[in-house]
Amino acid sequence: MDEALLRSLTPGVLGVLVRRGADFAAAEDAVQDALVEAARVWPADRPRDPKAWLVTVAWRRFLDAARADAARHRRELLVDEEPAPGPAPSTDDTLQLYFLCAHPSLTPSSAVALTLRAVGGLTTRQIAEAYLVPEATMAQRISRAKRTVSGVRFDRPGDVATVLRVLYLVFNEGYSGDVDLAAEAIRLTRQLAAAIDHPEVAGLLALMLLHHARRASRTARDGSLVPLAEQDRSRWDTASIAEGVEILQAALARDRLGEFQAQAAVAALHADAPTAEETDWVQIVEWYDELVRLTDSPVVRLNRAVAVGEADGPRAGLAALAALDDASPRSRNGGHPVPRYTAVAAYLHERDGDLATAARLYAEAAREASNLAERDHLTRQAARLNARRSP
Amino acid sequence: MAKYLLLKHYRGAPAPVNNVPMEKWTPEEISAHVQYMRDFATRLEGTGEFVDGQALAPGGTFVRYDGEGRPPVTDGPFAETKDLIAGWMVIDVDSYERAVELAGELSAAPGAGGEPIHEWLELRPFLTEPPTVTE
Repeated sequence: MDEALLRSLTPGVLGVLVRRGADFAAAEDAVQDALVEAARVWPADRPRDPKAWLVTVAWRRFLDAARADAARHRRELLVDEEPAPGPAPSTDDTLQLYFLCAHPSLTPSSAVALTLRAVGGLTTRQIAEAYLVPEATMAQRISRAKRTVSGVRFDRPGDVATVLRVLYLVFNEGYSGDVDLAAEAIRLTRQLAAAIDHPEVAGLLALMLLHHARRASRTARDGSLVPLAEQDRSRWDTASIAEGVEILQAALARDRLGEFQAQAAVAALHADAPTAEETDWVQIVEWYDELVRLTDSPVVRLNRAVAVGEADGPRAGLAALAALDDASPRSRNGGHPVPRYTAVAAYLHERDGDLATAARLYAEAAREASNLAERDHLTRQAARLNARRSP
Repeated sequence: MAKYLLLKHYRGAPAPVNNVPMEKWTPEEISAHVQYMRDFATRLEGTGEFVDGQALAPGGTFVRYDGEGRPPVTDGPFAETKDLIAGWMVIDVDSYERAVELAGELSAAPGAGGEPIHEWLELRPFLTEPPTVTE
């Protein structure tokens, strides 16, 4: 049974049902029924047009359910007047479904869950495992999300930016359970890119491919983090990098720059360098300048300070960091409002030769870290410097 | 999304405002308190924010390795120093603000006189897996 094919067809089928006027929750149930039916029937009798087959079966299921409902409510006539199912494979339906699942009325976590379920075709159990919550909790999250968007009209296109944010959230998750969320995010973004011609969709796809290409080298066998400069570049996935660069170049050529394209450009410059020393930091700083212009985000300014430190030396990096401090001062009860600020400061002080300050800051950054691998990595950095300083 | 641990202390947290020991409440007040906690958990299941929750017995034991081939040393509880955790709830919420809001609601569980106990709850974020994007 081709699970990948079924999952890629799911959003299109669901989209057709919703466009024909099926209530979202009912349509989703009907599509799930059709998928189960496909798993039963297809191994022996594979249809020539799998999508049309799924639409027909799902629509029949929906009508059956609606009729049963309608009988109770004496509204049978209304349902019989619905248009008969026919071939209507249109990418617009898929696109509408993306917009619906990323609707601004949903919280980010609900949008993510609904997208994985309705567009990605994952089971509730798979999504619950990926996010380490009980299946019952995830089921509630999804059904609430469905209810929230049930009243949303399906008549005008939504905001691409919200869809991209949701896909980026999926991509940026850790890995648990039997679904690789990063790979899933790439698959969904690919599908979106096929359905809509938009440079930022291409930018996000390129960004994901470029990051994903370096994934295997990012952690050591024992799970500890390997910084970019120390990664084994021979383990980078060159096919993925080439594809990402190509998609990015085509997007940039259209001269409608957005933050995902700019981020992908930075990732491409890293991926392009044969060794860490040969990284084109000057050009990376230029892309961060673009990103500051586009987003004015303190996280971007922090990354820019790192790049400036590499391009113009640690003193220049520390100066860029000081400028950031003026913009977003330390919060009162310890810690910096910008994640990883202290870790960056530690790194720049080490480069500048101030090992005592660097060791102290690494230890502080470890206490502020929000994930285990990063905390262990920073603790090791502090220990390394302390061991070097004491006889 | 981020997961947080809500820690309820027997001891080790500052005293609640409505600080009357539970055995001095009326049975109805105890029932109301228990029901409040239960309703709270049920509501969070409904919002898709509930992960886990358990109550702990107060009696704990300290255990220590005592060398190769020897049984571990057990002792305690060391009443002077040990904090006692009464129970926990794990939530999975969209923001730190939401976590604080929920902890505040849980702290409003009714106690003596049917008034909120204003208990101090400890709110601790979980360390997560590293994100896909690191540089």
